Amino acid sequence: MADHVGDASKIVYMPGDFVENVKVSEKTSKAILGPGLKQDGDTVMVTKPGLLRHKEPNIYWIDCHSRRYVPVRGESVIGIVCAKAGDVFRVDIGGSEQASLSYLSFESATKRNRPDVKVGDIVYAKLLVANKDMEPELVCIDSTGRSSGMGVIGRNGGFLYKCSLNLIRKILSTNCPLLSRLGKQIPFETTVGMNGLIYVRARTTVQTITIINAIAASEYMDNDQIISMCKKLADTFTMVQ
Amino acid sequence: MAGDESKSTLSNNVLQMKFMKRSALRIEKEKSAEERKQIIDDEHWVLDLPPVNKKEDKYILEPSYERCLDMVYGRMSFQQCNPEVEKLMKINNNRLGLEEAERKEAENSVDDEEMARRYKSLSDHIAKKFATKREKRKKIVQEEEASSIAASEKEKRKFMKPDVDG
Repeated sequence: MADHVGDASKIVYMPGDFVENVKVSEKTSKAILGPGLKQDGDTVMVTKPGLLRHKEPNIYWIDCHSRRYVPVRGESVIGIVCAKAGDVFRVDIGGSEQASLSYLSFESATKRNRPDVKVGDIVYAKLLVANKDMEPELVCIDSTGRSSGMGVIGRNGGFLYKCSLNLIRKILSTNCPLLSRLGKQIPFETTVGMNGLIYVRARTTVQTITIINAIAASEYMDNDQIISMCKKLADTFTMVQ
Repeated sequence: MAGDESKSTLSNNVLQMKFMKRSALRIEKEKSAEERKQIIDDEHWVLDLPPVNKKEDKYILEPSYERCLDMVYGRMSFQQCNPEVEKLMKINNNRLGLEEAERKEAENSVDDEEMARRYKSLSDHIAKKFATKREKRKKIVQEEEASSIAASEKEKRKFMKPDVDG
């Protein structure tokens, strides 16, 4: 029942609480309720324990710590191909059920020209169907039929790391300096899936491990701490080289 | 109904003939299809409830964190580790920036109606500036005339007291 206006970031909401004073947009007089909030008649009810977040003008959601992924339509995830079943691949994306990925939903794939995907490969894909009663379905092409970065990744080495979903959201947010700072010091490539998987590949194994450790350590750091950690890393790296 | 009557139907005796078998079957089929349709129509899936006037929802549900937060593209590459990804990253993050800029612009800019109103008054002002003296005078006269006409119309509308003959 707490009023979120004021020192909002300190209040923990529990499932069943109501959120009051929800601001609506001036034009459409509507508010957007993100994950963790649900409409209950005319009121807004909380369905996950956590902190209420608000983004101007009218977006609200609950930030809650979680490690288990619940598939949501349209999100980009990293999956591990577990099996070939006829004309679909079974892909583990960390959800309650394995997702299916049709072999036709790759760039320039036809019935005759099958994509080169093997069991054990990791794929970066988008969720096309994510319904609580149905098997999730992945695609590796966008609406124009192009891959736009999706498909099999990690054929030439690298490391796949599993972390909490909060950390994913943190490092993907536009104001997080972590990856760009690390990138200034170490050449590497990374792919981040919304389902809590991060793939990292640097030139050497030591560098890859360093980056993974830096990402793992940054979960409970603020931006200043992250920047100072990156500086320290840079110093040690120059000393070693 | 009129169409049904005008369509000549074959009599039962004719339909029983051997060479009419196929037509007979077809007619039978049509009949049964029609009946089935009627049955569905009669007890169509309608709940007999008073009409619920649905209110427009005040909230839009958005189950994805990805669209609530501003997020960068999920694939990244630094210092030419994977040039392909670097290109994609640039394109996608530029697009995000553009969207953001567009949104901001839409918030700050005037809407179409406001624009139209402003332009109208602006064009009036400028027209005045470029009008010759004669035109100005003409306009003023016209306006006066218009107002006088309106005034006279008002006069006309006035209720006239009838003369009472003595």
